[in-house]
Formats: sequence, C-alpha cells, structure tokens
Amino acid sequence: MTKPMNMTQKILAAGAGLDYVEAGQLISVKLDLVLGNDITSPVAIKEFNKTKLDKVFDKDKIALVLDHFTPNKDIKSAEHSKMVREFANQMEITNFFDVGEMGIEHALIPEKGLAKPGDIIIGADSHTCTYGALGAFSTGVGSTDMAVGMAAGHTWFKVPEAIKVVLKGKPAKWVSGKDVILHLIGTIGVDGALYQSLEFTGEGVANLSMDDRFTIANMVIEAGAKNGIFPIDETAVLYLNEHCTKEYKVFASDADAAYSRVIEIDLSALKPTIAFPHLPENTKTIDQVGEVIIDQVVIGSCTNGRIDDLRIAASILQGKKVKRGVRLVVIPGTQKIFLQAMEEGLAKIFVEAGGIFSTPTCGPCLGGHMGILAAGEKCVSTTNRNFVGRMGHVDSEVYLASPAVAAASAVTGKISSPEEVM
Amino acid sequence: MKAVGDVLKYGDNIDTDVIIPARYLNSSEAEELAKHCMEDLDIDFLKKLKKGDIVVGGQNFGCGSSREHAPIAIKAAGVSCVIAKSFARIFYRNSINIGFPILECEEAVEEVQTGHKLEVDFKSGVIKNLTLGKEYKAQPFPEFIINIMDNNGLIECVKGNKINWGHN
Repeated sequence: MTKPMNMTQKILAAGAGLDYVEAGQLISVKLDLVLGNDITSPVAIKEFNKTKLDKVFDKDKIALVLDHFTPNKDIKSAEHSKMVREFANQMEITNFFDVGEMGIEHALIPEKGLAKPGDIIIGADSHTCTYGALGAFSTGVGSTDMAVGMAAGHTWFKVPEAIKVVLKGKPAKWVSGKDVILHLIGTIGVDGALYQSLEFTGEGVANLSMDDRFTIANMVIEAGAKNGIFPIDETAVLYLNEHCTKEYKVFASDADAAYSRVIEIDLSALKPTIAFPHLPENTKTIDQVGEVIIDQVVIGSCTNGRIDDLRIAASILQGKKVKRGVRLVVIPGTQKIFLQAMEEGLAKIFVEAGGIFSTPTCGPCLGGHMGILAAGEKCVSTTNRNFVGRMGHVDSEVYLASPAVAAASAVTGKISSPEEVM
Repeated sequence: MKAVGDVLKYGDNIDTDVIIPARYLNSSEAEELAKHCMEDLDIDFLKKLKKGDIVVGGQNFGCGSSREHAPIAIKAAGVSCVIAKSFARIFYRNSINIGFPILECEEAVEEVQTGHKLEVDFKSGVIKNLTLGKEYKAQPFPEFIINIMDNNGLIECVKGNKINWGHN
C-alpha cells in the first residue's frame, strides 16, 4: 500500500509515472496542455525557434490565445499577434484563438473543455492556476518553460507542500468567490503560500458555484501559491458534462494526507472584502472602508468576467444610473459570455446604466488599454492585482473587489456595499 | 562563476509590474525592455546602475505576473545578479531559465546596504561583503543550474533534445 497523498501529489505522481511523490521531490512530468497569450508567446516562439524544431510535441495540446492587447492596441502589439498567428498556422496548432473566437484565456480554456480533472497544465500566464477549480494541476510559468513545453511535452517541478483550506458554511447574499479569496490573501499575505499548493476542501465547497471556484483558484497566485485545487463534486461534474467531451480521471486526497498548514474559513461569516492599494493582501471588509471616492469601475478579467459575475453586476445596476463622473467598463470573458449577456439583457442594463460593454480583452487589468488611469485616479476593479501603476499612472490606485461591490460603487461613486443601493 | 558589483537595495514584494510595466510589453526585445527596467519603482534606477551592479530585494521578489520580460529586462540592463530573502516562484524559474543568476540569502539582505560592494560565488554560494569585510552563505547552484547559466539559458540545453526527461 502506498503512503497517503494529497490531490496535487497524486496528479504529479501520475504525470511522473511514479507511485508516490513527496513534497520537495524534483520530478519530470508529461504535459496535457501548454498555454500562451499574445504577450508571452512571442518570447516563447523566439526561444522555440532556437531549437530548430519544425514541429511542436503535439499540436492538439497547445493553446494560443490572443487576449491581452487585443483587438490590437498599437502597431507593436499587432506585430506580436501576427508572429503568434503565423506560428500557429505553421505548426498547425489546433487550439489557436484569434479575435472573433478568442476570450480571456482563463475564461475560455475551461469553456472550450480544454482543462479537465487530473490534467497537468502549464501556461505562460500567472493566472493559469485557474484550472485547479476543475481538479487539474495547473500553474503559471514563463516563456522559456512554455517554449520547452511546446518542444518536449515535458517539464520539471518540485513537488509543493500543501496548505489545506477547509471551507464551512454558506456565503451570505452579496458574498462571492472573490470575497473568499481576498479574505484568504488578507489572512496569509501575498507570500503566505509561496512555493506551496492551496487545496480547498470542506462542506462549504458545495455552496460555491463553478464561477466562484474559478475566481478563487485564479487568485491563489496572489498569495504566492504554485497552484490551487478543488475536489471534483456534483457541481464540477455538471460543468464538465456541459463543456468537456474528453475522458478524464478524478483524483481525491487521502484522508490522512500531509499538509503544512490547515486554515478554516467560515463562509457564512465573510463580508464583502476589498483589497486597498498597492497589494492584494491589504484587505478591509466593507464596513471598514470609509469614504473612497472613485473615478472608474472595471467589471471583467480572468478573475471576474464570467456569466455569474455579469449577472450579479446587472442585478444591481438594473434600472439605476452610473454616478456622473464615474466611468463603468464591463468586459465579458469570452464571446460565448458576450452572447449570453446579450440574450439575457445584461448588456442592455450596463449600457442603459451609462456603462460600456466591450469585446473580450484583458485590456485594463494590466494597464494595457480600454480604461487606463490618469495620475490621482481611483478605480474599483474586479481584477486581480492592485500593484503600483498596474492600471496606468504610478500615482493611480486600484481597489480590488467583487462584481457586486464594483456595481454598487459605480452607482454611488464611492466604494459601497450592494446593500446601500438595493 | 562569480559576480562582483555594487548594491542597489529595495524592499519587499517588488512585483513584475514595477520591474517592467505592462505598457512596455508590446516589445519582446531585451534591449528595449531594459530601457524601462524598474521604471515604476525607481525612476532613476538606470541612472544609478553601473554594469555588473547587484540588486538586493526583500521577501517575495518578482511577485505577480509570469512575464519573463521582467528578468530579461534586469539582465539586459546590466545587473549581474539579484539577491533577495525570497523570490516569487515564477520569477525564480524564469531567471534560471534565461541564465540569469539569483540567490536567496536572508542574512545578506539584512546587512547589505545600497553602495556596498559584493562578490558572489555561485558555485560555493558564498557572498562576500567587501565593504564590511563579512561573508554570508547562500545555497550554491547545483551542477545542472550552473550548466544552464554557462549555456546562457535552458533553451540552449534543450537544443538537439539532449535533456533526458526519464520517461516518454
């Protein structure tokens, strides 16, 4: 009988062809998916070309998504997209997503059924950890790792220690996955899970929608984690039935698996949570915020651009107006979500409220385009980082919040609880 | 394999957005990226920097985005190595992968100040503070990391499929 393992250990052991792996062990694993975007892929392609290989390890196991500076914001960005497009054509990459098909990669990949339980996925984008919501081992890497992954179909890892996050209870009406992960980052800090895995478990998981789980797994990198991972339950299986046609293998942690730390979170006790500039760990609950007057609200990104997020925001904005002087930018994660938002009347609500409804793009989240801040401006954003200069000028400020808080703040013109406007 | 240089010291959680702001990521040329290295952290960084200087940071250096452009910019700007209390894991991997040496050493970071002269031996992990006449010990690079450094990056090692992954 093998020794007990947690979920991440089991997936990595299987990928390495071993019966057992322990924390700290260096292993090489086979990759199920290698991902890149329009910023990281050009660097990876240049590296890949140094190998003089004329094909990638498996054209079905690479995904290239043009999502960051697209539709291209300037000539240099267009040149990068062109380079990726030509590479994708030359290498006959099956899963190449250009403008018209693309979405924000971490919203798009699960929707297309390209991430599934038990997979080992690397992506040259730090938020690749999102797919842990579907029980995959999934982690962000740089462009050279992406290049080597595309060439060899393998990579090496140090098996991480794991922190067990036990979720209990049911979140209150205006509390979502974003508040859960901001609360956790506020508790353990931006390096609280450095080099480690965050494994979410407990009966509270059942009270989180798939979109909540994607949001939580998405931001584990903001605590320094290598990966975040959720168990596969009925909610996950329903999602997979709808989106994924491939077979998959479900791994579950052993009851006596080893963890470096156990953290309990009572979901029913959480309040809407906001991360103040300039670190995601600078969290305050809504009752501690005070008066923060804002200039802009962004609802979207790989963290909170999914249909649940837009539905919550629209439910608050319906029949209301965005405060004069505030710009509201709403960005759906994918073309499918865009269409859903049209069909459900959400887009109409946003525009009638005085906001804009954009094509999918990472855009403002990283200060690319579609909502850059001037000096002294403040933005409430459903995105994932509030570092100095992240969304524009070094003297601008980003406050990270849930779609509910963002929508309510758009109405009042200051950081507000949804309860203030409902 | 050694580095000798003067120190430029910064604090904790130096993120990749301040190392190379995303507004410059429409370029993937090392020389272009180097022109904006650390711009949002210290607008005078490039004026202060001499070729071969050593950047010292606190905890979680390189946190945030996976952009390999961050260590590429630091390396191309002429920095010889980064020493920090700890590194964000993607930045750590990226630095090694592009053949840019970085070391974790809490003791050195505590004592070293901007302007100190350091000598770093990557094979032994010994960091000498030539200004204070003191020594600190970091983890030495194992042979395969030295190999990546000597080849100026992982991709050169992968060329011709010379890496044995152990299984197919």
